Amino acid sequence: MADRLRGLIPLIAAALVGAAVLLPLAAVIWRAGGLSPLDGRSWDAVWFTLWQAALSAVLSVGLAVPVARALARRRFRGRSALVALLGAPFILPVIVAILGLLAVFGQKGWLSDVMGLFGLPAVKIYGLHGVLLAHVFFNLPLATRLLLQGWQDIPAERFRVAATLNLRPWTMFRLIEWPMLRRIAPGAAMVIFVICLSSFAVALTLGGGPKATTVELAIYQAFRFDFDIGKAAQLAVVQLVLAGGAALAAMKLTLPEAGFGGLDRVVPRWDGSRIVDGFWIALVALFLLLPLAAIGLRGAGAIATLPASVWYAALYSVAVSLGAVAVTLVLALPLALSRRKWIELVGLMGIASSPLVLGTGLYLMINPFIAPWDVALPVTAAVNAVMALPFALRILRPAAAQIEAEHGRLADSLDLHGWARLRWLMLPRLRRPLGFAAGLTGALAMGDLGVITMFADPDTATLPLQMYRLMGAYRMEQAAGAALLLLILSFGLFWIFDRGGRINADT
Amino acid sequence: MLTLEGLDIVQDDFRLTADWSVPTGARVAIIGPSGGGKSTLLSAISGFAEAQGKVLWNGAPLGDLAPGKRPIAMLFQDQNLFPHLTAAQNVGLALSQGRLTKAQGQRVGLALSRVGLDGLENRKPSQLSGGQQSRVALARVLLQDRPLWLLDEPFAALGPGLRSEMLALVQQIAAEVGATILMVTHDPEDARRFADLVVVVDQGVALAPRDTEDLFANPDQALRDYLGH
Repeated sequence: MADRLRGLIPLIAAALVGAAVLLPLAAVIWRAGGLSPLDGRSWDAVWFTLWQAALSAVLSVGLAVPVARALARRRFRGRSALVALLGAPFILPVIVAILGLLAVFGQKGWLSDVMGLFGLPAVKIYGLHGVLLAHVFFNLPLATRLLLQGWQDIPAERFRVAATLNLRPWTMFRLIEWPMLRRIAPGAAMVIFVICLSSFAVALTLGGGPKATTVELAIYQAFRFDFDIGKAAQLAVVQLVLAGGAALAAMKLTLPEAGFGGLDRVVPRWDGSRIVDGFWIALVALFLLLPLAAIGLRGAGAIATLPASVWYAALYSVAVSLGAVAVTLVLALPLALSRRKWIELVGLMGIASSPLVLGTGLYLMINPFIAPWDVALPVTAAVNAVMALPFALRILRPAAAQIEAEHGRLADSLDLHGWARLRWLMLPRLRRPLGFAAGLTGALAMGDLGVITMFADPDTATLPLQMYRLMGAYRMEQAAGAALLLLILSFGLFWIFDRGGRINADT
Repeated sequence: MLTLEGLDIVQDDFRLTADWSVPTGARVAIIGPSGGGKSTLLSAISGFAEAQGKVLWNGAPLGDLAPGKRPIAMLFQDQNLFPHLTAAQNVGLALSQGRLTKAQGQRVGLALSRVGLDGLENRKPSQLSGGQQSRVALARVLLQDRPLWLLDEPFAALGPGLRSEMLALVQQIAAEVGATILMVTHDPEDARRFADLVVVVDQGVALAPRDTEDLFANPDQALRDYLGH
């Protein structure tokens, strides 16, 4: 009996996740009445969404090739720090990065200042190229990590053979590196394409206008400015078709896996120009570090004088973040421990659905019963939990499988089952991955500027939303202070959880 | 008494049959070429591998029981301890899966001291030598209080001196509690020193146990093939 009940727990978790994703989708489709003809502006949004996602993917992967190649074959001081920095954008709040990018590349930014010295006009960042800049900022590091993994997986012997044959650089590229790139680059581009399809916060801040509106942003605008929930639902169906179609297309490709870590190995090689490699490495380091430095410099002065509203928002954000961590872990743990194959699909549902689509659906479900803004924070926590679940499962499932492989027999022979197995075997050995998953979830939820924009009333805001409002009111100093606070909270939360998993943990 | 009735293990293109019994309190060595199915035989008896036929302990079939519910304590080739638990915690799992009572704690201490590990209760496996780790595992088997012990070359990683020391200790402790032991080994010397009965696994059959001295004095074809003379 107890065994049967325990077997039900993962099913219940799967059903909860399924309901959290599918019910809002059903509500959206029901309200939209299926697919109906789009007006011109909506078509513009569809084309812009596809176009910017494609360009972002191509640019990110294209630029990642020389960067990953340089990192793969050069050993230098600070290399591991740079590789770690490549992981940082993943947990960097989008709105913080945007403020940093504005400080460097904006109309009044450092780059414009430098160009002004030569009598050149200031940079115009808003529009397609601003969106691309931000997307490359977030996805170039991801693409670099994926490709770097590919380079490291090339056996060192091949480069040794190439060196003894004194192959010309082009021949070497064609024979050794090109086959790897052909295998990995399309998948990497596809991943980035899918990510950028659901771009909201970037388009909200750097895009906008009829020429640079993504479908996600159009949902928000229909919802917030036109008060047209029917149109929002219609656009949500469009977004669902786009993201679902791309996800299905992505399944046909073998997607590259970026492990979290383990990119330390440098394959010894005897080719390539130090100067060219150094150029790419310096370029990517500056590209990532300058916006962060700008936040630090501008925010440090303002953080002490932040208004109370920002501190309240920070408090709400911490609550949302911890709530999302709790929900994600409670759902992810039974799903990760279950040996059923199809559980992985449950996690993928979070990827295929976008925050604004879920938000629209949840609004439709909640609105008849209670005022949506009364539940803005719980809804934000829940949506973030669903969004983080795939990452948590990707971290926890392989770890749990490995523990079973190594110690499952001993636990079986000692009759350790259910709670006892969890307590004596799984929890202690899953501490590191649990801490890491909790840290990622916490940081992602902390920095999320998505569904909260639909649900918040003027009096409540999470920190990213409050920061966005400050930017909208051109209070850039305070916005920078809030950005620094948000940065510290996001990275700090990640660090605390990750550290908590490592401390005293035996390997 | 352990009885194997028409036991038939099929895995892909591998097959092993056994049909014999051993009396309670016997020490049985299982020898034979590697890949011959010695470990698989133990897996089938302990419930980790599927098998046709019957495994009976004192006449009661074990077939439907999960490994942990069988009257069996097992020592594997490796991973016999949880690396994140102390020696005392590892041994304590034999008595309780919750918090140990004071009396249980004392029994853990006694068991550890019986295997010669006084004062090392709070060490984790990584802080113990290979021999000490084997002793912790043995202390747990002792407290598990199960009548049948299955040993799958648990001391293979130890040097010859340590190994014979451990075998002697197993022998002593098993005699104190009257346990029946089946031990896989690839070393005929270990078998001679340790076992009253020997099962030779040869060409898909685990042959019926024979008296150790008698077998080595008058080796059958299977044993001669294995020993290479």
